[in-house]
Amino acid sequence: MIGLEHVLVVGALLFSIGLYVALSKRSAVGILMGIELMLNSVNLNLVGFARFVESPRPIDGQVFTVFVITVAAAEAAVALALAVSVYRLRESIDVDRLNILKW
Amino acid sequence: MEDTAVIVAFYVLTIVTLGSALMVATVRDLVHAVLFLVLSFVGVAGLYITLSADFVAVVQVLIYVGAISVLMLFAILLTPRASRDNASVPYAAPIGVLAGLLGAVIIFVALKTDWATAPGGNKFETTAAEIGKALLDPFVIPFEVASVLLVIAMLGAILLVRPGEGGEPG
Repeated sequence: MIGLEHVLVVGALLFSIGLYVALSKRSAVGILMGIELMLNSVNLNLVGFARFVESPRPIDGQVFTVFVITVAAAEAAVALALAVSVYRLRESIDVDRLNILKW
Repeated sequence: MEDTAVIVAFYVLTIVTLGSALMVATVRDLVHAVLFLVLSFVGVAGLYITLSADFVAVVQVLIYVGAISVLMLFAILLTPRASRDNASVPYAAPIGVLAGLLGAVIIFVALKTDWATAPGGNKFETTAAEIGKALLDPFVIPFEVASVLLVIAMLGAILLVRPGEGGEPG
């Protein structure tokens, strides 16, 4: 029988992989991929809580998941537009070389 | 028998999800990394189905697998080959240790906490109809705010990539 703990452990592992990707990649698209992995692990936890935790309205966890997916889509669209815009300005999306604000 | 099938499906989908997430972290080409990310999203959608969240699984496939991955591929393909390297920063090893420690702490807390689990779990008759009702009754304000957010994000994305705005003409 699959219980809540199994889902939470998978979510924690997926979150730490996403954190590693988001912190260690040079490319802006790579960082965005790590953030999407972390959001996915959070969604997995929410769906797991909706499935297993005692609640008068258990469907709310899935509604939260739909909202998180919506916000993630908006965030991805803006972030990728920023990446294309930064590439036009600096000929690179390497975040180590984005230091125009430094003086 | 049906229970065994669900358990096998859960473990297989877990291996697919976590394995392709690890490949995202290690593979050298950024295009390959996006393709492994798509495989990871599909694995998470399968996990949603094992947790009897069919509507969320369909939304996951439509938005993550369909839209966000295509957006990422476009962003990579609109920039030339030189920026397709999926390289890590030089101090990646301590970041890995940090992420591993954080994951260990989360797993420890998740296993120690006494969750108020319902015996046998919650059974959903239909999820799509219930989510629709919940969006219109208690969650109507967040629902409207989400639509405004999507319009603002779309306008912002169009404005940022329009040629001749905020930098060199495209």
